[in-house]
Amino acid sequence: MTALTPMAFAEGHSEERGRDGDVKVLYWQAPSILNPFLSGGTKDVESASLIVEPLARFTETGEMVPWLVDEVPTVANGGVSEDLTTITWKITEGLKWSDGTPFTSADVKFTAEYCMHPEGGCAQGAKFDGVKSVEAIDPLTVKVTFDSPKPNPYGPFVGGESPIIQAAQFADCLGAKAPECTEANFNPIGTGPFTVTEFRPNDVITLAANENFRDASKPAFATMTFKGGGDAAAAGRAVLETGEFDYAWNLQLAPDVIAKMEEAGKGVAIAGFGPLVERLEMNLTNPSPDLPPETRSTVAEPHPFLSDFKVRKALSMAIDRELLTEVGYGKAGRPTCNLVPAPDLYNSDNTECLVQDLDGAKALLDEAGWTDSDGDGVRDKDGKKLSILYQTSTNAVRQDFQALIKDWWNQIGVEVELRNLDGSVFFGGDPGSPDTFQKFYADVEMYANTFNGTDPQSYLSAYRCGNEPKPSSQWQGENINRFCDPAYDALLDELAATGDLAKRGEIGRKLNDVVTKDTMTIVPLVNRARVSAHSNSLGGVVLNTWDSELWNAADWYRMK
Amino acid sequence: MTDQSAEIEVFGALKDKEPSKPPRSQWRDVWDQFRKHKGAMFGAGFLLFITLGVIFGPYLWDLEPTKLDIRNKNWRPIYTLIWDSGAIAGWAHPFGTDQLGRDIFAQMIYGGRVSMAVGWSAMILSLLIGTTVGVASGYFKRADFLLMRLTDLVLSLPILPLVLLAVTLFRQPLTSFFGSPEKGMFVLIVSVIALTSWMQTARIVRGDILALKEREFILAARSIGSTSGKIIRRHLLPNVFSPIMVSATLGLATAIITESALSFLGVGFPSDFPTWGKLLSDAVDRMQEYPERVMLPGILISMTVLSVNYLGDGLRDALDPRIRGR
Amino acid sequence: MLNFTIRRLVLSIPTLLFISLVIFMLLQLAPGDPMAQVPLTVPPEVKQKMREALGLGAPVHIQYIKWLHQFFIVEPSVFIDHLTANSFLLGWLPDTHLSMTVDTVTGELVQRQRVISWQTRSPVMDIVIQRMPQTIWVVGLSYVVGILIAIPIGIYSAYRHYSVFDQAGTFITMVGFSIPPFFTGPLLIVIFSVSLGWLPSIYDTTLVVDSWATFKTQVMQMIMPVMVLALQTTAQISRYMRSAMLDNLNQDYVRTARAKGLKESVVIMVHVLRNSMIPVVTVIALGMPAIFGGAIITENVFKVNGIGQLLLTALFANDLPMVMTLTFIFAILIVLFNLIADILYGVLDPRIRYD
Repeated sequence: MTALTPMAFAEGHSEERGRDGDVKVLYWQAPSILNPFLSGGTKDVESASLIVEPLARFTETGEMVPWLVDEVPTVANGGVSEDLTTITWKITEGLKWSDGTPFTSADVKFTAEYCMHPEGGCAQGAKFDGVKSVEAIDPLTVKVTFDSPKPNPYGPFVGGESPIIQAAQFADCLGAKAPECTEANFNPIGTGPFTVTEFRPNDVITLAANENFRDASKPAFATMTFKGGGDAAAAGRAVLETGEFDYAWNLQLAPDVIAKMEEAGKGVAIAGFGPLVERLEMNLTNPSPDLPPETRSTVAEPHPFLSDFKVRKALSMAIDRELLTEVGYGKAGRPTCNLVPAPDLYNSDNTECLVQDLDGAKALLDEAGWTDSDGDGVRDKDGKKLSILYQTSTNAVRQDFQALIKDWWNQIGVEVELRNLDGSVFFGGDPGSPDTFQKFYADVEMYANTFNGTDPQSYLSAYRCGNEPKPSSQWQGENINRFCDPAYDALLDELAATGDLAKRGEIGRKLNDVVTKDTMTIVPLVNRARVSAHSNSLGGVVLNTWDSELWNAADWYRMK
Repeated sequence: MTDQSAEIEVFGALKDKEPSKPPRSQWRDVWDQFRKHKGAMFGAGFLLFITLGVIFGPYLWDLEPTKLDIRNKNWRPIYTLIWDSGAIAGWAHPFGTDQLGRDIFAQMIYGGRVSMAVGWSAMILSLLIGTTVGVASGYFKRADFLLMRLTDLVLSLPILPLVLLAVTLFRQPLTSFFGSPEKGMFVLIVSVIALTSWMQTARIVRGDILALKEREFILAARSIGSTSGKIIRRHLLPNVFSPIMVSATLGLATAIITESALSFLGVGFPSDFPTWGKLLSDAVDRMQEYPERVMLPGILISMTVLSVNYLGDGLRDALDPRIRGR
Repeated sequence: MLNFTIRRLVLSIPTLLFISLVIFMLLQLAPGDPMAQVPLTVPPEVKQKMREALGLGAPVHIQYIKWLHQFFIVEPSVFIDHLTANSFLLGWLPDTHLSMTVDTVTGELVQRQRVISWQTRSPVMDIVIQRMPQTIWVVGLSYVVGILIAIPIGIYSAYRHYSVFDQAGTFITMVGFSIPPFFTGPLLIVIFSVSLGWLPSIYDTTLVVDSWATFKTQVMQMIMPVMVLALQTTAQISRYMRSAMLDNLNQDYVRTARAKGLKESVVIMVHVLRNSMIPVVTVIALGMPAIFGGAIITENVFKVNGIGQLLLTALFANDLPMVMTLTFIFAILIVLFNLIADILYGVLDPRIRYD
């Protein structure tokens, strides 16, 4: 026994709770609210994940693990019905809320009611899509029924975005009353390792160890200071160079900047890969300002040259993804040709785009009839010039990418105009603004997107015919490229009806190939990692890109 | 009448080297006084140098500022060779290259063009608006209330939504009107900066005018039947010259910096269009590794502002008959 | 002068109402969406529901009248309730319930709806009050420091025109002014926090000053932001001070005063200074509302998280009630301080008459 003790000590286990004092976490975007159902923002979801927890969550490898339940229900263990319409969760016995009251199935049922309330405007409503009813069978059993077979029933109550809130605390906060419950929204009672001592919106959260946490030896820290504000560079500096803070979130900085900060020796930057892909989106419709607003950038007007597959292909061939990755992300990026680069099951073996081929691109454009007939250095055909407006949001790395890609495209005889827009306008859905990414009043645009959890079905469903932003839908819609292919839609329907994982993977890879290499509608560039940094003395950090980054804060400890 | 003769005299003063023409003109006195002011001469010289540099620089240094050369990225400026012979530097890029291998010297020249053009036009426009509003509301009692409440209104408008709204409404029309996105953006940026920065000048000029117009010399001017326009031009404006000069120097610096803030918001020039302010703000993240990238644009902005400041000092001294005598 | 003050105060009410309308329309028309920061993984239908829950569907004039009601009626009554219930000063008064209303369904007393922020779903004024201490401390102190340094520099520079002191002062202030805080801030952090390790780079807003040690920490964390901000203020005010002094030093009345045999200090500090204060008073008055407004860039660089940072995050998140309320409080202060400046002109130069 005595021989084992130092070992356990070093590992940070089997010691009393709160032995390591204070830990300081820095998010350069400050949390505004601790109720993830009222704000979809990553900063809010992740800070709340220290306090409220889901029934099951994903590990750093994307594997689902039971969290507040005994096991993850599957068809094999009988938790999911044969017809895939119900899922039954068995809650672990003896769990307690931080106020000492027992955690029961009523709380789970209430959480569903809270989020599915039609007037609540729940940010995680998509998690509860297709849920017919949630019943509490007994205090520790809860059954979710769907209105149609769900091959992936792990939407509700799984992952950091869908935690359980306490029924007693939020009982009076349903629907339109949700925003009135400031006290509950700022100080939620949870089952997680920490509880809120003081919440200052958009500034700082002071947390203390949860006295009723299920593991008596955790968390190792008695208190946590969760500061927000500043920018990524300042956050990196505070952890890597001055050592004032222990953990800094999401360091979106050029690789050489991070490497320079690491040289100070106070901490390390860590990276974790998920399905986040920086990509170019090709506009298949005509964004010309001469068109009337009713048809500009809508399927009524095909794009003068991007509707030509060979042009899109040539544009993709001209790009050196290795170099982009090296310049913009370093270790925190991998060149990719896939829309769904992870999990491995869905990752297609499509790699042909990884090699830059400027001559091939030129030859392809020549072959398609795009030649520089008037000698101005820009290719043209039938009086139409290959002139591209290329837009993205404002961000140092994106502007470097723009400059590099513009250079390559110029080399193959394509004229490029760059535009960068403020993120709060570009990613906003204001139908009155010409500069949103949905409206796509440009030929090519660049941004990054990903999906929650490990199943890409709804992510791939974005490219369905008719799902494009258009005036009649107030420019809302996820099919940014205005892509439409009935065969693709048929494959999607097949995916929705398939339960077998291997088969799902096969269909998913096929769908990925259709929108990427087969049509070059989406031109993926880099599979981006999430980069965070922690001080040398903070142990137990496991960067997780499939769930909240702070998912295992209970295991963090101070290295002696 | 007086203006015309003054103009003729200027030319006369410049051409004629013989001191035969007996009455020394006012402008000659001004020039003599101005010449004595070392700071002003330095300021004028530097501004002339910078202006010529940014106009003719591209003909002498013909590297494209947007030309990427990724293999030769992160060169250091030539002077680092003095203490570190191992540094990657050379005469091909005297000021070094940035993280994408773009020549910093060429970027400085092109950036200077834009920054100087934006800075001067926005500053002059804002001074014109500010002075006009300030004089009008200080001198004409009826206009005072409305104009000052307008000032209060503009002062309290939040800049960011205002700028975003201006871009939404005017970018497309301006771009098509001027034929290129750069020119359209230039007009938009200059107007936005000018229209949101004239209020301080207006309030200061008004305050001074309120006090000045009660002085005896204005009463005298009025009693000999001078019109309001003439009183303003001949008696009031020369007396508020110095605060206006201070506003001008501060305004130039603000305009150059504000331009970079606008492009950060995606409201300014396209991202591959260098300006001094943008070079400075882009380099802040790497200031420990490559201090020259912040220092060079920083020095240029400061020197320009200092030059305008000294030039203003010199002009003020030269134009003030009381100081001139000394 | 009293007449003038009263008239202006009365007239400022319609002025402010008009300003509030203009700001409101500007915010409505400007592009932007409170859902911009919600990740793209949240589908558009859900975002639409969230917008509706924020009350975005209502017609613009309804939204405006609702805001007016909340800001001018509910918020002051909440404040009065707070004063009568808890405050040290007025707590002896009977508790009022002005902000309460009877719920039509349940018949209970419930709080009337206050101005609610879209980001935090909590009352805007509570957050504003929470942010006041750090903003007043950092920005207010830097302003005081700036003025205290600038006025002597300005006076002495003008008095010893073109001396070494004047030249050095000009050089430092102009260089200081032309280098933006987004550069000076990180520069100071790199020098004093990273290399020397003397000062913290992150401001702790939860620090309670109750002992000598905490006071020392508070001073340490305030030094850098105060310095950066004071540099800008000093540069501006000292330039105006200097130029106004120069204009006045050669006036006939100065010669008269000297000829009367007055002491040089009296001539400068009483006669010339008083006549040179008009532009300086204007600049100071224009800057006072900015103390409340905070310093957007500097607060962000040093993580002071005061009103400036609040406004910045609200702007990027398109949190219209928050932006509207902050800007409007700002507008009230601008109108007020410009009135104070106008009154001060009359005090400084009794010849100025507004009637």
